[in-house]
Amino acid sequence: METKYTAQDYKKGQPRWCPGCGDHFFLAALHKAMAEIGVAPHNIAVISGIGCSSRLPHYMNTYGMNTIHGRAAAIATGCKVANPELSVWQVSGDGDGLAIGGNHFIHANRRNINLNMILLNNRIYGLTKGQYSPTSPRGFVSKSSPYGTVEDPFRPAELCFGARGHFFARAVATDAPGTVEILKAAHAHKGASVCEILQNCVIFNDGTHDSVYNKEGRAKNAIYLRHGEPMVFGANNEYGLMQEGFGLKVVKLGENGITIDDILVHDAHCEDNTLQLKLALMEGPDFPIALGVIRDVEAPTYDEAVEAQIAEVKGKKAYHTFEELLLTNDIWEVK
Amino acid sequence: MSEQIIVKERDEVIVRFSGDSGDGMQLAGNIFSTVSATVGNDICTFPDYPADIRAPQGSLTGVSGFQVHIGSGKVYTPGDLCDVLVAMNAAALKTQYRYAKPDAAIIIDTDSFGSADLKKAAFVTEDPLAEMNIDADRVIACPITQMVKDCLADSGMEPKAVLKCRNMFALGLVCWLFDRDLEVAFNYLREKFAKKPAVAEANIKVIQAGYDYGHNTHSSATNVYRVETKHKVPGRYMDITGNKATAYGFIAAAERAGLKLYLGSYPITPATDVLHELSKHKSLGVTTVQCEDEIAGCASAVGAAFAGALAVTSTSGPGICLKSEAMNLAVIMELPLVVLDVQRGGPATGLPTKSEQTDLLQVLFGRNGESPMPVLAATSPTDCFNAAYMACKIALEHMTPVVLLTDAFVANGSGAFRLPNLAEYAPINPPYVPEELKGTWTPYQRQEENGVRYWAVPGREGFQHILGGLEKDNKTGAISTDPENHDLMTRLRQQKIDAIPVPDLVVEGDAEDADLLIVGFGGTYGHLHAAMDEMRSAGKKVALAHFKYINPLPKNTAEVLRKYPKVVVAEQNAGQLAAWLRMKVDGFVPCQYNEVKGQPFVSSQLINAFTKLMEE
Repeated sequence: METKYTAQDYKKGQPRWCPGCGDHFFLAALHKAMAEIGVAPHNIAVISGIGCSSRLPHYMNTYGMNTIHGRAAAIATGCKVANPELSVWQVSGDGDGLAIGGNHFIHANRRNINLNMILLNNRIYGLTKGQYSPTSPRGFVSKSSPYGTVEDPFRPAELCFGARGHFFARAVATDAPGTVEILKAAHAHKGASVCEILQNCVIFNDGTHDSVYNKEGRAKNAIYLRHGEPMVFGANNEYGLMQEGFGLKVVKLGENGITIDDILVHDAHCEDNTLQLKLALMEGPDFPIALGVIRDVEAPTYDEAVEAQIAEVKGKKAYHTFEELLLTNDIWEVK
Repeated sequence: MSEQIIVKERDEVIVRFSGDSGDGMQLAGNIFSTVSATVGNDICTFPDYPADIRAPQGSLTGVSGFQVHIGSGKVYTPGDLCDVLVAMNAAALKTQYRYAKPDAAIIIDTDSFGSADLKKAAFVTEDPLAEMNIDADRVIACPITQMVKDCLADSGMEPKAVLKCRNMFALGLVCWLFDRDLEVAFNYLREKFAKKPAVAEANIKVIQAGYDYGHNTHSSATNVYRVETKHKVPGRYMDITGNKATAYGFIAAAERAGLKLYLGSYPITPATDVLHELSKHKSLGVTTVQCEDEIAGCASAVGAAFAGALAVTSTSGPGICLKSEAMNLAVIMELPLVVLDVQRGGPATGLPTKSEQTDLLQVLFGRNGESPMPVLAATSPTDCFNAAYMACKIALEHMTPVVLLTDAFVANGSGAFRLPNLAEYAPINPPYVPEELKGTWTPYQRQEENGVRYWAVPGREGFQHILGGLEKDNKTGAISTDPENHDLMTRLRQQKIDAIPVPDLVVEGDAEDADLLIVGFGGTYGHLHAAMDEMRSAGKKVALAHFKYINPLPKNTAEVLRKYPKVVVAEQNAGQLAAWLRMKVDGFVPCQYNEVKGQPFVSSQLINAFTKLMEE
């Protein structure tokens, strides 16, 4: 799609993340995606919390705020409701978005407010120099867990679905086309759109997403889901996914008489999220990691509903100014 | 039995309705105050309700009270002790009698004084009046429940619905005592129950029955009181609570500023009514978001402010602690935001339904870093309107979060509110960035005259910028950790607040030659004023200086405080305003009167304490 903007129009300043940080890759993809989406920079607000990735708004030639830890989703909510014309992007890391900001994350999803919610997941606290995060796996050794964590992580998709989220997509930061694709889909989706970006922290959690971080890895260990297409993966699309009982199984095409017609076809628009959740939770070594738009279901959005209700009540009630409001009360006159 | 009713004129009368929280005492009180206000009396009301949602029926903890003060002249408080106490059951008599004057008339529903009722109310004998030393001559003992049942016997109403009308019988009786015109009460009910005319008519029938009962048995009451109206400011009036007046102030300010009003809030007593009120007025474009928590209430308001709305968040008690983080964000981002704190008893959950002034130092100082913020405190239910309007004006014109303090007393109390004419209110002009600055403008560029930065609302082409919680360079607006810059920004933020113009402190009473200056702030104005009035009537030289603007302080503060030989700072906390004034006025060492009981001041106690101070 051609728009009058280029990635350059959305760029500002010189990012100061560590060389090799996943944030650099994501930022470049975001600039590109915004140019392709074509909303004017002055009609965009990018709102982050605190953390390495939350520096991102400073590198955007849009309106934005790099706010306080964990509150980005709440602040973005007020911004969108007060000014629904804006395209609002909320950017958080896994600590910002799911630990201190976990409550705001689930409620933004539940309300289905039209935000593009980016979750940059490197499974570590980077800015505070290496503590485990709510997405770090059980047993993870970090500065604050020298003997390994004794708690299970959140799986972001599960949280999103549990909060009745209507859009969930995933991409790997180094995969520019894959990232641009889900960002555009997130923008196109009306409602809360969660994009989980798998990214590396070269300093404190190097290699956390190694199995899918380069093209070769993704060919082997990831599956790109596209609505309406059969779920096949592998270097030559030789593998596929089928349903088995209540679960999924990986099959090889051609083996045991399995043909492409036996393979599950992705339905991102399915209201029932059961299979979408199963896809989102797949992990190695037995299953590929699902990338792309996993769930994308239309539902009423909060901000539009607020506007619609105001319009409806305006039509029904006879008072529209402060002076008229006063006169709806029991009034007496003193002469 | 006398044949003639003696009508006794009074300057003022205080009536306290009390009963179970489900007995509808507030409605009875509201109707009575409306009826009185309609004839031009000044009114002031105060509900005293329990924290329990619904304590067991007839229990001591479930008693709720509603006090109405009506006067021929200006009424400043709901009054200390009542002239008439309505006690709908034994528990109400037990807990509320202490609010009655020694010669007060007491109306009781004898049907709610059975053995079981007395036991629940912790009476040990079958004669509650003797047990409490109440002279039976003062008591109008009336089988209210039975009479209401008889009155509505043919109505076809459910027994439960019939019993709900008991409050109206008591109201009718009170209306007779004060010679009130029932027609106003009838109209009130017909409007309130417009969709249920049968309910309205049943209530009306019961009020009339209560009134007639009073008339027919007047020998048992001492007198019929009449409160005439002496002087009144002409105009149109309505009865308004502090919380409603606050909501109206926000609506008025948004309209005057030409902005959308956004409220981000979370339900908390006693601030919730502001959320309720604003949620009703979508036809005025008011947007309310009931958030997931107090934090989001404030944070979303910061987002709304960034997006160009008049942003408000409302809270009480522990909620103000949770908001402090996002309030601070608004300080450093220099965005307009109004934070309403309806103070209640603390710490922690404290006394959720009771009133205190204990958040003053919290809102002045309770944030990390140097975080100056304007603070205003409303002085009465009706003043909440002005205070809310001014809080919005300051926030929008000076690009800063502002704290508006009210308290449970002012928020739930009501008064006669003269309908404001918005055109007479000072206009509100936010400092929108001028178009000609496009290309050179940076976010922290300030107006010379007042140090206020310009507001560039998203959607304007060429003014894209990033704000945030990190310190910014004064010139470029980029993140900066430069020590000199941080020092400068800290000073600039402080200077901006210090430069906000606020009206001079007014001294009332014996301004020229008072021997004692009473100093207070916020919701205690009525009680302090009443105390001063009475002391002056007794020949004492007393003056009152009451603060509404607390940060910045009025320019003449030091001058006023130093002018009098003796100053007492009276407040419902352990001395927070006194501490603030001592910090701001060199060498100022006042006497203090402090009370932290969760109850409004009692004027007579104030007078005793102040008189003693004068004699020392």
